[in-house]
Amino acid sequence: MSSATTPMSAPLASIAASIDPRKLAQHRRRKATNALALTLALAAMSFGLFWLIWILVETVRLGIGGLTFTIFSEMTPPPQAETGGLANAIFGSMLMVLLATGVATPIGILAGIYLAEYGVKGWLGASTRFINDILLSAPSIVIGLFVYTLIVARFKSFSGYAGVVALALIVIPVVVRTTENMLRLIPNALREAAYALGTPKWKLILSITLKAARAGVVTGVLLALARIAGETAPLLFTALNNQFWNNDLSQPMASLPVTIFKFAMSPYENWKELAWAGVFLITMGVLALNILARVLFRNKN
Amino acid sequence: MRPLAAVAATLPAGSYDSDKMNTERTAPRSQPPRSSRTGGRLADLLFAGAARTAAVLTLLILAAIIVSLVIGAWPAIDKYGLSFLWRSEWDPVRDEYGGLVMIYGTLATSFIALVIAVPVSFGIAVFLTELSPGWLRRPLGTAVELLAAVPSIVYGMWGLLVFGPILATYVQQPLQSAFAGVPVLGALVSGAPVGLGILSAGIILAIMVIPFIASVMRDVFEVTPPLLKESSYALGSTTWEVVWKVVLPYTKTGVIGGIMLGLGRALGETMAVTFVIGNMNQLNSISLFEAANSITSALANEFAEAGEGLHQASLIYLGLVLFFITFVVLSLSKLLLARLARHEGVRT
Repeated sequence: MSSATTPMSAPLASIAASIDPRKLAQHRRRKATNALALTLALAAMSFGLFWLIWILVETVRLGIGGLTFTIFSEMTPPPQAETGGLANAIFGSMLMVLLATGVATPIGILAGIYLAEYGVKGWLGASTRFINDILLSAPSIVIGLFVYTLIVARFKSFSGYAGVVALALIVIPVVVRTTENMLRLIPNALREAAYALGTPKWKLILSITLKAARAGVVTGVLLALARIAGETAPLLFTALNNQFWNNDLSQPMASLPVTIFKFAMSPYENWKELAWAGVFLITMGVLALNILARVLFRNKN
Repeated sequence: MRPLAAVAATLPAGSYDSDKMNTERTAPRSQPPRSSRTGGRLADLLFAGAARTAAVLTLLILAAIIVSLVIGAWPAIDKYGLSFLWRSEWDPVRDEYGGLVMIYGTLATSFIALVIAVPVSFGIAVFLTELSPGWLRRPLGTAVELLAAVPSIVYGMWGLLVFGPILATYVQQPLQSAFAGVPVLGALVSGAPVGLGILSAGIILAIMVIPFIASVMRDVFEVTPPLLKESSYALGSTTWEVVWKVVLPYTKTGVIGGIMLGLGRALGETMAVTFVIGNMNQLNSISLFEAANSITSALANEFAEAGEGLHQASLIYLGLVLFFITFVVLSLSKLLLARLARHEGVRT
């Protein structure tokens, strides 16, 4: 401080006067910039939270009104019908999401094991890791296009199977990424101790490292489940839609997101109401899965 | 020093706690024992083979996507070549196609999204790393990550039925009356006041990518060595000066990587855009409130009904263009984040 020349007993004003006024102005300006910047940061934070709260409030307000028992018991209605529900769409969504997760999880976990335990260095490991991260953020509608040309165009029919494949392709990168990350967290001492006891590598992975990383891997699967539960784009031209109850996967199949899309864009009031109810169901389901995944992960660590 | 956790933020639906992430390579120094029992040996080979196959499969998916899109788009590629990118007519009746309108829509909405999302995400990251009291840090971080978990169809429907009308009434109409007669600005806000168009799509996209960019920025800000920050504070810097002149220069590659990641998301987002962009193939006005079309919304609306032949091939061509753009953007993002991770641990 340059106030060393001023006697301690002097009033504050004289201290300030003894400092170069330009320095003082600069100091004031720096403090003002700081205050402004930090206020803006606070504003940005509230801006982000504002949307989350607004969207949740609107979803609950508009969705909860349409939530009756018939949602789960009746099929999607024609326009301007008196009653109707989303039973076939909910069933279709659950079936496709569960099957896709079931198919993709083992593949994803195996690929994750390869990246963390076998191909830590090597070209295959490095390129798989890179490509996997690209696939993780690739536009989901392109996945839909891919499955269309691969399956739908070949068999000349939209089908539940195509929807399952499209969703599975979205799950795989998520599971690969989390499995690899979680296995990497396992300390090497554990692996070395197991080797010292004569454990073969496959047994080490299955009953020691994978077991230790269990919570994290399950978290990844739950997050992937939450992600595909709300995916619409890849289903638009794979599973298409179906107005009726259908448990035959070789036929077009209704799903909740696609039904919401169709109903929300329509001019019919009863469809819009059902769409809001559907949005409410999806949002709550996805948020619940996310929170469950977090709680599970935190408790285990 | 804290491990770099930026990679965790590439998770689609919210990432884990950054400090729990450890990307350190963990390869044991020793080799697995040679089992004397032949059964164990065989199981080992089988298991390694299965894991390897799964990894190769992941690689093959990408190759298969590119190959199948090129094959599907071939009639259009054959007919138009690269001129598809700047032809603006899209006329299924006369069977004439060009992608300019959609490509413009995709780029314009993503650009608006970034203009809004980057400063806001930066603010959020600064708040979470420097300002927030410790007990608030975790719940606020989780809330921002939950914003990323909300399915895009929810944003779309909310944008169409709730946000759009509000935007039209309280933003567009006042702007229109204020700029009536002003040459460029007037044209920028013209159009029917329904709240659909490039601007609404851009705003919704911004809300959707904020969590991605903000969580990457937060994660990379946290890798700045405390020593650097403390030294700067000790010299009398204000919090803002520490952020702007120490943290940001140290983490700039990571920050740009995070922005690229957000851009990749914005470019490929389908449902939210389809709901609010208005879905009209026109490029007649520069208005931000005029209905337009993007690659993703054109695919979502037209593909299921498009007849086989040139129409479908042109749509697949659009998909290929989109995949190419996002591939480049995401690769850049990945490389930049990897560069930051490599520098980490190096004495500066």
